[in-house]
This record gives sequence, structure tokens and C-alpha cells, in this order.
Amino acid sequence: MSEQASQPETWLDLSESQANVSVLNMAAAFKDDSDLVERLRQADEAAFVYLLDRYHTSLVRLALVYVSNHHIAEELVQETWLAVLQGIHRFEGRSSLKTWIFRILINQAKKRGQREGRQIPFSALWQPELESYEPAVEPERFNPAGASRWAGHWASPPASWEDIPESRMLLAETQAFLLKAIEALPPSQREVITLRDVEGWSADEICSLLNLSEANQRVLLHRARSRVRRELERYLSQ
Amino acid sequence: MAVHELTCQELVELVTDYLEEKLSPTEQARFEAHLSGCSGCRNYVEQMRSTVQMVGKLSEDHLAPESREELLQLFHHWKMKPDDTTGSSS
Repeated sequence: MSEQASQPETWLDLSESQANVSVLNMAAAFKDDSDLVERLRQADEAAFVYLLDRYHTSLVRLALVYVSNHHIAEELVQETWLAVLQGIHRFEGRSSLKTWIFRILINQAKKRGQREGRQIPFSALWQPELESYEPAVEPERFNPAGASRWAGHWASPPASWEDIPESRMLLAETQAFLLKAIEALPPSQREVITLRDVEGWSADEICSLLNLSEANQRVLLHRARSRVRRELERYLSQ
Repeated sequence: MAVHELTCQELVELVTDYLEEKLSPTEQARFEAHLSGCSGCRNYVEQMRSTVQMVGKLSEDHLAPESREELLQLFHHWKMKPDDTTGSSS
């Protein structure tokens, strides 16, 4: 048992379950991963429904990083669920059930990519040294080097968002804009920001799922967040 | 101390490490010292926090009833024929 189930306490973690009422009601019914796995092996529908409520929409969102549209993403996740059911007797508990399920999704995405003759862009293949440096903020917004003692300080500082009404931040239009900004990210950045910030996974869980070093995970997250902030700043100043 | 002060341009590259609590105590102290004297960077960090928060709200959707229905069919199909790889759509 080299890997432990990473976060046994997540069973009652509200942020992760999105405070979904049906999830909470069910939470009491399953003690832990091994209980859930046991029930699934016995073809217990409640166990399957519990997993659907908990992970289906997250799986679809991650699938959308690998395939081009929602319909194909749903299809890919269906294949994933079938593979989960058919493979559940092989689950050994070396990773958490959650990581195991998401790994199956990634494998299904790879297989599909191979069938269609295209390479799926995975973060694990990402090498920072092959990419050009991408500053978090456009260099023009800072005083040029050597200018004065204020070199490298804001020439055009960001404004406070405190006066923007919460209602504007939560507007469907703002959310749609954010989604578009995330979709426009390079796939490896999108993979990481989706798991870390949209789904609320821990950095460790992401590294384990994507076979990514902690440092690379954070570089990708940094670039993704910085880009999304830049887009949002532009959008909110309109 | 001989440590040079952070510039704003350097600070924005450390924000993720700061928010992820991965700065060393010395780096964090430097980071916070800069923040305390720079409203532009305070706004920047606040914008980053808001961005992360807003992105976190994107996950608030639920399984559509028609998907649930399809998936339950898949489940029942598997229950009857555990080794049939074609799924319920066949």
C-alpha cells in the first residue's frame, strides 16, 4: 500500500460535494471508499447513484478538456462509468476511488484519441523549458527597467474590484465569460485550473492524477489563473 | 537587511505561490512587507482571490435528469450482463 486514499475526511467535505443535498443524505450511508466499492461490486444501485451525483458533472467538465464538444464529452463519461463498473472488482485501493475513476476517464480519452489518430494533450507531457516565458501581467503595465527607483513598479496599477456589485460578479453573463476564458487556455493549463479551482481538488490529488510534479502543477496553475484574471479585468473594466 | 525589496513586477509572479501557501517564511515576509506599502499590489492580490473564487462557482451544476436516466440504464444493463462492453445503447 504505497499510496493512501488521499483524504478520508472528504466524505463530509461540503466544498467538495457542492453541498448537494442528495449527496449529503447519502453520505451517511457509506462509511468510506471500501464500503462503497463493496456495495458497487454487489451491484447496489444506491452506491452507483451516489457516485453519479458526486462525480458525473466533474467528469464531464474534465472530459471537455480532451474532446471538442459536450455531446462527445458525455459519451466519453458514459464509457468511463461502464469501465468503472466493469473494473470495480480490480480496484485495489492503492489510490482513492475518486482518483481511480478520473484516471479511467483519462485513459478512455487517450484511447479515443488514438482511435481518431490524434494526440491528447496531457499535462504530464508538458515541459516548462519548451515553452516561452509568459508573464502574469503585460510588461507595459510596469515602469521600464532603469527608469527610476520606481522601475518594475506599477505604471498602470490594477483597480480594486470591491466596488463591483456581487450581483455583477455572479451574473450568468460573467460566468459564461469566465468559462470561455478557461476554454481558451492551453489544454495543460486548463486541465490544472479545472481540477484545482473549478473542482476544488488539492494540489497533491492533481499531481497524483496527472503524474505531474508539484512545481509544474503550480506553474501551470499560475499561468492559468493569471490569464483568467487578465481576461476578467478587461471584461469588468468595460 | 541586504535583501532587495520586491518590485510589483516580481510580486505578481509570486502570487500563486503565496495563495497556495508555498512561499518560505522569509519570502512570505518580503511579500507581505511589499503589500503593506503598495495599494496596486493589494488590489492585484484581491483580484486574484476573486478570480479563484468566481472560478470555483462554475462547478455548481447538477446532473441532468436525462443523463441520469441514461446512466441508470447503463447500470441495469451492466447488472444483467456484467461483461457486455457495448453498454446500454446497444
